[in-house]
Amino acid sequence: MTTTRKRVYGYLAEFSNASTLYKAAEQVRDAGYRKWDCYSPYPIHGLDAAMGIKRSILPWFVFFGGVAGCATAFALAYTTQVVIYPTVVQAKPANLFTIPAFFPVMFELTILFSGFTVLFGLLGLIQLPRLNHPLFASRQFHRATDDAFFIAIEARDPRFSPEKTRELLAGIGGDNIELVEEDDR
Amino acid sequence: MVSTTQTAAATHPEVKLPVLEREKLILNGRSYHWITERICGVLENRQPFIWWLLFIPSALIALIGVGGGLFHLVSTGVGIWGNTNRVMWGWPIVNFVFWIGIGHAGTLISAILFLTRQNWRTSINRAAEAMTIFAVMCAGIFPAFHVGRVWFAWFLAPVPNANAIWQNFKSPLLWDVFAVSTYFTVSLIFWFLGMVPDLATIRDRCKPGLRKILYGIFSLGWRGGNRQWSHYEMAYLLLAALSTPLVLSVHSVVSFDFATSVVPGWHTTIFPPYFVAGAIFGGFAMVLTIMIPARFIYGLQDLITMKHIDNMAKIILLTGTMVGYAYLMELFVAFYSGAIYEMDAFKFRIAGPYWWAYAAMMSCNVLSPQLFWFKACRENLWVVMAVAMCVNVGMWFERFVIIVTTLARMWLPGDWKTFSPTGQDQLLFVGTIGMFLMLFMLFLKFLPCINIAEVKWTLPQSDPHHDDKERHPDAGTVTVPAYQKELV
Repeated sequence: MTTTRKRVYGYLAEFSNASTLYKAAEQVRDAGYRKWDCYSPYPIHGLDAAMGIKRSILPWFVFFGGVAGCATAFALAYTTQVVIYPTVVQAKPANLFTIPAFFPVMFELTILFSGFTVLFGLLGLIQLPRLNHPLFASRQFHRATDDAFFIAIEARDPRFSPEKTRELLAGIGGDNIELVEEDDR
Repeated sequence: MVSTTQTAAATHPEVKLPVLEREKLILNGRSYHWITERICGVLENRQPFIWWLLFIPSALIALIGVGGGLFHLVSTGVGIWGNTNRVMWGWPIVNFVFWIGIGHAGTLISAILFLTRQNWRTSINRAAEAMTIFAVMCAGIFPAFHVGRVWFAWFLAPVPNANAIWQNFKSPLLWDVFAVSTYFTVSLIFWFLGMVPDLATIRDRCKPGLRKILYGIFSLGWRGGNRQWSHYEMAYLLLAALSTPLVLSVHSVVSFDFATSVVPGWHTTIFPPYFVAGAIFGGFAMVLTIMIPARFIYGLQDLITMKHIDNMAKIILLTGTMVGYAYLMELFVAFYSGAIYEMDAFKFRIAGPYWWAYAAMMSCNVLSPQLFWFKACRENLWVVMAVAMCVNVGMWFERFVIIVTTLARMWLPGDWKTFSPTGQDQLLFVGTIGMFLMLFMLFLKFLPCINIAEVKWTLPQSDPHHDDKERHPDAGTVTVPAYQKELV
């Protein structure tokens, strides 16, 4: 015999527009919640501060990615042109002073490595790709990529309580409050 | 301490100053849902008849021109091209520079206009970036097969090989390999990352099935939470900041292929800025060429407004005039240098056997955009389309003039040749046009052609403080937008 047990993911509440979402986010932040998020079809200006999110640390990753690219290009050019296979073409020397001729490739690889760092750094920070998520079980969440604004507070937040969290969301203007559950496996 | 500064409102309480409104980027006050419906409708509804009318011929041309043309080329040898000793770059490198230049407008729109906060870019950046990717794919064919034995094209990359020979890092041709491949890769990352939220929109609209699974995989499981948007916006900003110097570097490096050689007509310092301006010029013309018909076919007039077309026409006018300046400055420098070879190279371009190419370049690139000084011309789509087509042709002729007329008259009179392309040359070029169009048609059918999330972001109600402004005492004192009437 199989039984399907459900585990509560959290509450999902809809808000009518960007302004109410913004103000509600400030309330949820001030209520001390940590495991929650605002969902919107486009990035809302200033919502990071309203939610108390710090500035992204992605630029630091990219800085080191770019430095690695620049160093790789220099090592590649220097090793092949000066150490392994020095050739004198067009009367240009093959030593450390050849470095201006290496600049274009050093620049391009700086950009290339930085670009890849942006891609993979971003995916790491936002923890994607993933094939499924408990929120996708919600009957209304598909509208988050169309025209709806949501706040979801997760059950794993220490301040989460089935009654008080629901009251909070209703009190700050949330509609269609839904308890989102996922299959427990 | 009491401030002595008095505001106008305090000193003249009876005067009600009008609140100036910006011109709307999206017309008719469309809702978020309307935008989603309209853009997703392009790929969810059955394609109109004209889509098939364009797709089938372009796919056939691509199959015959690129598929058949390259098969014949590889199985026979590059001798079937018209490239000769001296004019060894010939037609393929003309086409390479032409296509790679087309791509640059896409990066300009997506990166440089993003950094300069030009919000009108949001309606056109997706299609322009797609154009970049497809143009670079077309461009890549030519140098890859121009090496002769294409199965040795991997010698371009600095990897160890059995000859123990390494590439020459002092050569602009190697720089070009790095520049173009980096450009393609970073443009692809930029295009894909920009599309992830929109792919999620399509995923959420799909019925369960293969289509939903595929859009689900490519949207990476995007949920649109602000903890994702926060990092995502930073990533987008970083990619824009990386692409901006990249796009300037790519065509500069392409121009180094010419400028670093000691050849009259090529050996000039004006080449990098001149090539970059020309690339953006030609690219914008191509954006207009494909977006004006697409706007009509799919009813996107509220998203791609006349303001967008007007702005692009102005950029074409600006860059076209910069290109015209570069053409004249080239002539002046040749004259001012007093170098007889330099002067002769330009005399040959203007009055030699290729005078018609020079005349086509000058009239299409410098004269035709001057129509855009007139508002009536910028507002007439037939004129805009005609000028854009002229610029497409003119920019191809520019590369023909630079490459062919210069190589046809190098230092030794014994080398002098006149170049004419063979049928195989022309077939492959026409094939890449078909391939470009075919890829763009497939893009319209399967991917969101306008950036849904960013267009929503530009709407006035997307500002979380929009309601506060509505309650402002000055709000609503002017019902007619100020740009439509003189200030009272």
